[in-house]
Amino acid sequence: MSEERLRGLLVRALAGDAAAYQAFLKDASAHLRAFFRKRLASVPDEVEDLVQESLLAIHNQRHTYNPGQLLTPWMYALARYKMIDLLRRRERTDLLHDPLDEESEVLAGSDTNATEARIDIARLLDRLPERQRLPIRYVKIEGLSVADAASQTGMSESAIKVGVHRGLKALAAMMQAEMTPSAAATTAQSP
Amino acid sequence: MKTDELIDLLAQGSPAVDTAAPARRFAGATIAGLSASVALTLALLGLRPNLAQEAAVPMFWVREVFCAAMGSMGLWAVARLARPGRRLGAVRAAIGLALAALWLLASWDLMQADASTRMSLMMGQTARACPWLIAMVSAPLLAAFLWATKAMAPTRLRLAGAACGVAAGGLGALAYTLHCPELAAPFLALWYVLGIALTGLAGLLLGPRILRW
Repeated sequence: MSEERLRGLLVRALAGDAAAYQAFLKDASAHLRAFFRKRLASVPDEVEDLVQESLLAIHNQRHTYNPGQLLTPWMYALARYKMIDLLRRRERTDLLHDPLDEESEVLAGSDTNATEARIDIARLLDRLPERQRLPIRYVKIEGLSVADAASQTGMSESAIKVGVHRGLKALAAMMQAEMTPSAAATTAQSP
Repeated sequence: MKTDELIDLLAQGSPAVDTAAPARRFAGATIAGLSASVALTLALLGLRPNLAQEAAVPMFWVREVFCAAMGSMGLWAVARLARPGRRLGAVRAAIGLALAALWLLASWDLMQADASTRMSLMMGQTARACPWLIAMVSAPLLAAFLWATKAMAPTRLRLAGAACGVAAGGLGALAYTLHCPELAAPFLALWYVLGIALTGLAGLLLGPRILRW
């Protein structure tokens, strides 16, 4: 798992290669897990949620990756932003082990040992409005083509694409909100 | 949902991404913002009647080039700060160099001038209004650049906001020159720079609120 390999995978993914994208996200998640585990050793329960939040962010912001730029700093800057954003919202920057200003230029270790995420994205998906939930279900979970999803739902093809796009953005926003203190407290109480 | 399931979901049916879209968005923001800024200058302040004669004076073009340079360098900074993991790099030095050149020219003018005219070289006739008018005329550009940057993923929000402000201030000042009667370098070195800095400050304050994602 090197910078060149990861970059090659993402460049192919940006050109529409879903298999390369899946391989990229898998590698990236292992690096992100190691990155967060090292920095948030005192709150290990948060790590998997942050990995998932970062994966969503990478997906929603993947158009900001310029193939001419190094991939590793891009990926870690994004992860660092998500981590600091979470700690700021909780007013707990004291939980950080490493100084914030230190840039990660090289790939950190990787960790494929996923733990259980506290926030269930499947449950958040159910809260999306139908015009976003159905496109995500048909295209992203059941693997239908956009055309088939359109005929299944009676929506237009562009409405399906927009629904997937906006739905995943809304999902990221919901995840962000769920991870703030008040929302986290209510999540903990619900079965 | 397990992380592997989320990965499958994200990868499934993921279409090709248009990597030229950000550049188009910024080009659109520049054109729209600059048009609005020019329209604002002409509608509220009016075109300077003897603009054509003034265009024969070299200082006229020094002023235009300075404003355009500040705008372009601000945009250059925004383009870098809008993507995670990119540093400002040479932009900081380039902006410093442009400021230093203008201040050097202004100091030279002041040294050459009689003690009695130095004050008027610095204050002109419009010193009090100039920075505020530049900031006002730059507002639509600032809004356009913040909008374009929000669609990206800036990770240093204050700095990215300030860069939007400098880009807007430079191009806004360029639009303002359609109205402005001042051509003296000491005036520009004080009041144009202050106007651009005010717009940069507005961007710095708005950045964390508007650019969060």
